[in-house]
Amino acid sequence: MHVELKEIRKYFGEVKANDNISVSLEPGKIYGLLGENGAGKSTLMKILSGYQPQDSGEILLDHKAVDFPSPAAALGAGLGMLYQDPLDIPPFSIIDNYLLGRDNRLSLDYRTVIAEMNEIITRYGFEADIHAHIDTLSLGERQQLELVRLLAGGAQVFILDEPTTGISVEQKDVLFSSMRKLAHEEGKTIILVSHKLDEVQELCDHAFVLRRGKLVGQSTIPCPNEKLVEMMFGQVPTRRERLPFDLGNPALELINVNISTYRLNVSNINLQIFAGEVIGLAGLEGSGQGILLRTIAGLIQPESGQVVVSGQDLTKSSYHKSRNFGVAYCAAGRLEEGLVSKLSLTEHMLLAEPTHTFMIDWPAARERTNSRIEQYQVVGQPESTADQLSGGNQQRLLFALLNPGLKVILLEHPTRGLDVRSMDWIWEQMYARREDGTALVFMSADLDEILERSDRIAVFSGGVMSRVVNASEVSVDQLGHMIGGQA
Amino acid sequence: MILPRWAERFWPVVPIIGALLFIIALLFLFGADPLESLNIMFLKPFENQAKMLSVMAFWVPLTLCALGLLVTFTGGLWNIGVEGQMILGSLGASWIALTVDAPAFVLIFLEIIVAMLAGALWGALTGFLKTHGKVHEIFGGLALNNLASMLSLYLIAGPWQPPEGGSFRGTPPFQEAALLPRFAESRFSPISFVLTILAIGLVFFALNNSFWGLKLKALGKNARSAFLLGVSSERETIYAMMFCGALAGLGGAVRVLSWFDSLRQNISGGIGYLAILVVMLAAYRLLLVPFISFFFSLVLNGSLTLQLKTQLHSSLGGILTGVMVLFILLFGEASKLGFRKEVEKDE
Repeated sequence: MHVELKEIRKYFGEVKANDNISVSLEPGKIYGLLGENGAGKSTLMKILSGYQPQDSGEILLDHKAVDFPSPAAALGAGLGMLYQDPLDIPPFSIIDNYLLGRDNRLSLDYRTVIAEMNEIITRYGFEADIHAHIDTLSLGERQQLELVRLLAGGAQVFILDEPTTGISVEQKDVLFSSMRKLAHEEGKTIILVSHKLDEVQELCDHAFVLRRGKLVGQSTIPCPNEKLVEMMFGQVPTRRERLPFDLGNPALELINVNISTYRLNVSNINLQIFAGEVIGLAGLEGSGQGILLRTIAGLIQPESGQVVVSGQDLTKSSYHKSRNFGVAYCAAGRLEEGLVSKLSLTEHMLLAEPTHTFMIDWPAARERTNSRIEQYQVVGQPESTADQLSGGNQQRLLFALLNPGLKVILLEHPTRGLDVRSMDWIWEQMYARREDGTALVFMSADLDEILERSDRIAVFSGGVMSRVVNASEVSVDQLGHMIGGQA
Repeated sequence: MILPRWAERFWPVVPIIGALLFIIALLFLFGADPLESLNIMFLKPFENQAKMLSVMAFWVPLTLCALGLLVTFTGGLWNIGVEGQMILGSLGASWIALTVDAPAFVLIFLEIIVAMLAGALWGALTGFLKTHGKVHEIFGGLALNNLASMLSLYLIAGPWQPPEGGSFRGTPPFQEAALLPRFAESRFSPISFVLTILAIGLVFFALNNSFWGLKLKALGKNARSAFLLGVSSERETIYAMMFCGALAGLGGAVRVLSWFDSLRQNISGGIGYLAILVVMLAAYRLLLVPFISFFFSLVLNGSLTLQLKTQLHSSLGGILTGVMVLFILLFGEASKLGFRKEVEKDE
């Protein structure tokens, strides 16, 4: 099926998730849709699969304009999306789950359906047991099942959103070979959404690259990785001269730290960070950076190893104990983790302060809040509640709540959603804290930010801190290769 | 449609009026004269000192429980266990009243302290089950309510039974020195009234001016963020439950020491559950609680009179309060009816 997207636009408030994107896809080919986190790939595919409507623009299937009110309508027209996290209902058996999505007659015809499913499963070399219950299956098996559902639903176009996240190598091979079969032998159209270069190189015939909501380039595959990296991340930014800073004593030491979570195991982290140093954690989302930050903060207990802050062993210490010792942690979700919607700025200040009196002196607290919000240029009153602030101001409030004299500051996506000027300003504030001997560890999906702001960069992939490099000695495309898991 | 500030302030009255209209319709349905009925329920008690004192005697424990609940609700805790906490308070007070021999002021002081401690203990237990056993406070509270009720039945029928032989009705009447001094011939005790007024002040300061109150508020609105801002959810949860338990326990003491003069079965009379409705109807606003609580006492007492004078069943009062709470939940928030609040934007 020939698919064409014409001038697709989708804005979320001020954020242009898709800004005038036009692509044309031929049947029988596998397309890669590349871009860093937040580039607009998922948004575009959700529009194509009827999950959310575009603000403007057209979708043409075989040169006819279509409009999907729901994913089911899109599947009816032949467009099937395989989500990152398959959206089935776990406690159902596979057959029930399958019937749920497809059968709209009153009586359920199990026999035909079983035959149908078995036929598809053998044709593509899948292994899923259709009599099993969904919650007993691995992510990879659920994914195969979802594919079976799409195939039986008559899909002509398959959209795969980061399909290899969380599945085994064998399952990936099965998936890729079935994709090749579907495209090259059966003339289906495949779109692979990914930010992993080697996957795109391995599977795709052609790649589109998005950056900040715009289609910035395309290329037939194979092509040199450099070309794709440059399109994905833009020109290598000119780095501003940063004042050199004399690093102090070790502020944070990680010694053989192993962390085990249900999603990912992070193993064998060894890192020494000095007072006044800025460390950027680079890697794809979910490669272990966030888990490490939470471990240092005391939110996750490491399985083994040591976390030492200013010579004090905080390995077993609770979040609150670490916090009192001078380890501050700012999570990415502002109103979920960090701010309390209906509390005023003054109330936030009071909670965050290191010392408290039994009774609250409201006028004094208001005054302290006023001077703090002035310093951090938060647009709001001491009485404003956190949810009345704009996103950028919420972020500023989060920083304003950091007390002076901290030993380590841990930041998740510190400038996500901020404009360039606020970003610079936030970093200025952070650099100023070096004078206190504060070490900064931050993670970001923005490679430019990591390169520009860090002294050293720790690269993560799949739970392994694969290397630590000096920020001044790498370029953006080298870093892009490293986080893509390439040497 | 934008609602002005003043109208928003008075919004809690709207469901009350709605419920009144509902009751009037109901009275019509039963062929009763609504005006006369409402007159008996709401206005007559004001003309009669004995009735008024009876309303106030009921108001005291109800308000005490509601005040305690305000604290737990602020912390986001559904303290259904307030009923059991009240029963424990009455057991604590009864224990002192039945076993200690001392001058009246010592006895009363001891009774009140032990009742508050017992209630706090029961509250702490629910809190502890939540923080350390992952038992939701609703289920823990319900279980402990039952347990408290069983415990009181056992004590009445067993160790504390009257000398003439065990019954499930109650213990023997307490010694005179153990009882709260009462006003005139009523069951209303001025001491309990003063304690309730003090409790209102205490809760007001705890919620508005203490750092603890702020921590509870943060916890109730977003436990995760509050934790990250340094609030220890486990400790504050247990403290809040204890605080509420102590006030409910005091309410329980007032029940046995001035209302019944002995420990009876079903000592709480559902006041704990009723207090939950009071707090909901007051929309969690402290200054409304004493008034809503008074209104409830009035209605429930009035419906008893109503049954005597007309043939209408006294459950009418229960229906009225129940309907009111439902109405409050249905459209207690102006926004649900399509009104928008007046909010200044600082963009």
